Amino acid sequence: MRIFDPHIHMTSRTTDDYERMAAAGVRALVEPAFWLGQPRTSPASFTDYFDSLVGWEPFRAGQFGIRHHATIALNPKEANDPRCRPVLDLLPRYLDKDGVVAVGEIGYDSMTPEEDEAFAAQLALAVAHDLPALVHTPHRDKARGVERSLAVVRESGIDPGRVVLDHLNEVTVKLARDTGCWLGFSIYPDTKMSPPRMVEILREHGTERMLVNSAADWGRSDPLLTRATGEAMLMAGFSDDDVDRVLWRNPVEFYGQSGRLDLAEPDLADADGPAGTFAGNSILRGGS
Amino acid sequence: MTPEHLRTALRGVPDPDWLDTALRQVADEPATITRFFPAAGRRCGRAALPDAPGWTADEAARALLLATLPGDHARYADTLYRQGDAAEKRAVLKALPLLPIGPDAVPLLHDAIRTNDTRLLAAALGPYARHLDAAAWRQAVLKCVFTGVPLAVVADLDARADGELAAMLTGLADERHAAGRTMPADATDLLDRLTAGSGRPTAAREA
Repeated sequence: MRIFDPHIHMTSRTTDDYERMAAAGVRALVEPAFWLGQPRTSPASFTDYFDSLVGWEPFRAGQFGIRHHATIALNPKEANDPRCRPVLDLLPRYLDKDGVVAVGEIGYDSMTPEEDEAFAAQLALAVAHDLPALVHTPHRDKARGVERSLAVVRESGIDPGRVVLDHLNEVTVKLARDTGCWLGFSIYPDTKMSPPRMVEILREHGTERMLVNSAADWGRSDPLLTRATGEAMLMAGFSDDDVDRVLWRNPVEFYGQSGRLDLAEPDLADADGPAGTFAGNSILRGGS
Repeated sequence: MTPEHLRTALRGVPDPDWLDTALRQVADEPATITRFFPAAGRRCGRAALPDAPGWTADEAARALLLATLPGDHARYADTLYRQGDAAEKRAVLKALPLLPIGPDAVPLLHDAIRTNDTRLLAAALGPYARHLDAAAWRQAVLKCVFTGVPLAVVADLDARADGELAAMLTGLADERHAAGRTMPADATDLLDRLTAGSGRPTAAREA
């Protein structure tokens, strides 16, 4: 089973997780920029974070043969903090990077006027940089949040086929199914979605434009729930091809719209030595 | 390696017109380099260049963009390194020996050597590392051994390696052996060369 996790916050995960993910079949992932639990207080804090998403994390993932990509944005929660707003001006330089395959996570947290403004401005950036957009839907007041997000997407003029609405569930999938947007589902141990519930949604709504992710982060979450969902699909009678579509071909198709998805085997040895000579550095070895 | 050599080696990249245009624009309007630089991998590819051993297409294209600047090389190298992703940082490091900047970019080497990204560490130890002082250079070489970077990436290795580096390598070898672990063969070979004739046969000590 080859797996592309289209939404996972590896910054918050250990190197052991990379090892377990690789063993479970994860070959590629997208790490969206988001909040970190502890609120940030200055744009410089964001640049260090964004730099790690296009520097250190891809290197760390590469040690385990996993291709790492990122989405970059000012997240909705911190868009409300005037100290963080200047981050919007820093985004264009990151949206030019090879590993950045979408603008995200954008959208709503508490549906404030500040969030409205940041959401619309960043959808415009996605259009200007010819990138897809990853839209986080709010955890509170979710159904109205999804409706309002869809309205903002429509107003922006972005092609809905280049937008994914994430963290959907049984209620909100109905609002988004016929909009032309992609539909994202985050599989969590207790909240959001579970593998059996996800299987029911796939039975009812099919596999087209469906993205399944672990959204694993610093909270109670599990980077292997993509694999568990694939297994639950097989148990429920879906074919290997169905599983491959949901867990690999769909995310490749969605993020491939950026033109920047690079799924070649990681080659860290590059020009300085025979292949593999120093791919096995101290991360794999646990330090010297 | 010279910019002219890289230019020749880059004939046959997927989008040669893009590179021609980018080089012309950077010569005329230097500030445009900040948009061309990140795009070079997508436009020129990332494959190793057969006619420029040790260079990939994206590195060579980025080095050429830097070398084409009419001036301010050190300032642009600093900005592009600090605002770059890992591949851009690596390209800046590899370009440094081709630029008329003297020792001005040494802080970038220190930054690269501080990271745990072995690709950056390796790129920091090319010919431009002649500007590193002895203490920093020895620590960087030791870090290569420690993190498994082959010593073949280190420019002027035998000319610069000294007794102090030998002492540091011996200390690492002692720790490794005490832990039942081995040293990379290229480090053991270097240590043998450094201690040959000094009356300290390291091979016997390591047995």
